[in-house]
Amino acid sequence: MSSYTQKKGFGAAVWDYITTVDHKKLAVMYLLAGTLFFAIAGFEALLMRIQLMKPNNDFVSAGFFNELLTMHGTTMLFLAATPLLFAFMNMLVPLQIGARDVAFPFLNSLGFWLFFLGAVFLHLSFFMGGAPDAGWTSYASLSLYSPGHGIDFYVLGLQISGAGTLISGLNFIVTIITMRAPGMTFMRMPLFTWTALVSSALILFAFPPLTIGLLMMLFDRMFGGNFFDHTMGGNTVIWEHLFWIFGHPEVYILVLPAFGLFSEIIPAFSRKRLFGYSSMVFATILIGFLGFMVWAHHMFTVGLGPTANAIFAVATMAIAVPTGMKVFNWILTIWGGSIKVTTPMLYALGFIPSFVAGGVTGVMQASAPLDYQLHDSYFIVAHFHYVIVGGIVTALFGSAHFYWPIFFNRMLNETLGKITFWVFFIGFHLTFFLQHFLGLMGMPRRVFTYMEGQGWDQFNYISTIGALMMGVGVILMVINCLMSIKGKPAGRDPWGDGRTLEWSIPQPIPFYNFRQTPLVRGLDPWWIEKQEGNKEVTFAEPLGDIHMPNNSAIPFVISLGMFIAAFGALYNPDADKPWSIYVLIIGLAITFGAMIARSVKDDHGFHLHKEEILEIEEHLYGKGGNK
Amino acid sequence: MDFNTKFTPHTWPDHPEQATMEGKNKVVGFWIFLACEVVLFASLFATYLALKNKGPAGMEFTTQGLFELPLAFAMTMLLLTSSLTSVYAIYHMRNFNFKGMQTWLAITLALGLGFLALEIYEFNHYVHLGFTFNQSAFATAFYSLVGTHGFHVTLGLVWIGTLMIRNAKRGLNLYNAPKFFVAALYWHFIDVVWVFIFTVVYLMGVIG
Repeated sequence: MSSYTQKKGFGAAVWDYITTVDHKKLAVMYLLAGTLFFAIAGFEALLMRIQLMKPNNDFVSAGFFNELLTMHGTTMLFLAATPLLFAFMNMLVPLQIGARDVAFPFLNSLGFWLFFLGAVFLHLSFFMGGAPDAGWTSYASLSLYSPGHGIDFYVLGLQISGAGTLISGLNFIVTIITMRAPGMTFMRMPLFTWTALVSSALILFAFPPLTIGLLMMLFDRMFGGNFFDHTMGGNTVIWEHLFWIFGHPEVYILVLPAFGLFSEIIPAFSRKRLFGYSSMVFATILIGFLGFMVWAHHMFTVGLGPTANAIFAVATMAIAVPTGMKVFNWILTIWGGSIKVTTPMLYALGFIPSFVAGGVTGVMQASAPLDYQLHDSYFIVAHFHYVIVGGIVTALFGSAHFYWPIFFNRMLNETLGKITFWVFFIGFHLTFFLQHFLGLMGMPRRVFTYMEGQGWDQFNYISTIGALMMGVGVILMVINCLMSIKGKPAGRDPWGDGRTLEWSIPQPIPFYNFRQTPLVRGLDPWWIEKQEGNKEVTFAEPLGDIHMPNNSAIPFVISLGMFIAAFGALYNPDADKPWSIYVLIIGLAITFGAMIARSVKDDHGFHLHKEEILEIEEHLYGKGGNK
Repeated sequence: MDFNTKFTPHTWPDHPEQATMEGKNKVVGFWIFLACEVVLFASLFATYLALKNKGPAGMEFTTQGLFELPLAFAMTMLLLTSSLTSVYAIYHMRNFNFKGMQTWLAITLALGLGFLALEIYEFNHYVHLGFTFNQSAFATAFYSLVGTHGFHVTLGLVWIGTLMIRNAKRGLNLYNAPKFFVAALYWHFIDVVWVFIFTVVYLMGVIG
């Protein structure tokens, strides 16, 4: 019996997950970590909504409310939505393009651990003297003068987790360029893989400005730099530019994969190929490109002048064109299809009107004069929650249902799934629809309380009820996930409507994904094979040895070193903590030591022989292989 | 192709850095990484241009008064030459001439060290003049931009040095050829960034 088929003890299993470079295990880890931070940030949102339930409430203090709104935004965008989408990208991209792993399995693991430890570092701020409290945008004029270490946690935590995100993005790009199976041309790639590619390219160009912005904030706060200090010649608007050059593409980094996920779900349950595939690809690239041209629409009220405002207003409106193309393509895919309203499809059907509503209010704000009215009001809050919850969260929930069998070889309960959808969906609209009107009535965002008698009381009360319903929806979703542990194995292609390669693999998926590399003969290869009555995909190679990467603990050690060093850097400016410099040095020594160990020690990977493959498959699927 | 296959100059492939799947991935990935570095430096350049000569009221330091072109010219020559010598090193790597490659890499390192020494001298000189990191927004932006470049040079020196020592005894194979290649790519990139620093910071500072 080979070591691949043996049962492992608990300790060995934990060690296996710490050292793993398998994209499927890392996907599961991203899913768990993302869900954890999603729950934390959701809980923070509920606390804020309870505080705003009635006027002059004192459920939380003003200072704590600032911490809550900062951490809610930061966590949701950087530490919940990003890793949850990375979970799907990690799991699906190699499977969809017919690869055995990503291009750099080692970097994949490094990306995860940097993200995770950076996120943990940021959250430790709650227990170590106060969380960041200058909003997720952390404008320099506010954050430079924030007392305590909250902002330092923000700067260092995002620096570390941002590096992880950047590394993962780079890895996806190379994977998609070089690791595609024979016949998988760019214009045959599933749309989710396309959006993963464009979104990774956005990560690549959007995160460096954030890195530099955070570095400047670090220099200013810790080493007495003067980037943002106007008395020393600095300019606080530089932070706003750098932040939004990152921040606006970040929105597309998140929403493009969400579009991609729906572009998989909608054709599957309309049982039609995606309408206008090429125009979808074109629209994805165009959105990615235009996404970098519009950052100053977040800064209309800064006073950049009418010319700059006009240019950015027009560029912003232009984004509605490719996005509209996508919406029409989805609708036309459904049109005339043989529709099955499953839970993922229900999310997709709910997504289209919700997202369009968010998009339309976005185009309203693109008009600079109107934005002077709407800026920093609850209208903005309503708009971006319609885009993010209506677009991204529905995509995540819907695809969790859709892809659960790929992740865990189990199905989620459909009835409970539909109940979850309705509770969450109604709660979502109840929460945010009324906030449009609150904004138009003049309620500013980021206030911890308000006076009564301004006509805001009732809408705020209803909004809080909606938020609680969303909370119930999330709990139902988690219950559904936990129940699936006891469920029956789902098997290959359990929906029966899978179109792309990930559904063609027998379940449970072996760690090398494809016993033989598949030959791709068109768009939706698995659908083509099924149409021709085949039970297997066509293979591009005979059964032979497979080359696989070795596991490694070095990514974890590198990230741990950074995590330790961050504490040293954080406390370094404090006169009463002389030990902090040693912590910094030890942390960096661990990181660089691990990096040198990685370069000096050769890592050739290993070969899995034909006999071992057959043995593993017999163990997984019983005698007779994966018939 | 196996990583540990022994080669002769005749069997050595034309593009050893891309002869294996790993090597190919590494080269593609490294180009993409450099794209990301370009954006990183672009952000620093933009900030520098926005804060150039900006400081507290009555600040006496300006680019005209501070920078000296002869020194910047000497640094430029050192780094440009080191880029040329790293080209020679890769030329020998492709011809399976390990000794030639190591020699030219050693010369590259020496030139890089010379550059770094001049930069340290320059910074030290400015600090003695009173142009410290905290002195003004201009100083902070200048030291951050040029210092980040200097940090990249240092990393490049450590990287190439480690590669040379690690592989001193075993010579070239398809496992380390891509490593030498991307290290040389990185070195060229540092050189290109310096060309921009020389132009934007020093030339435009003194003349423009």
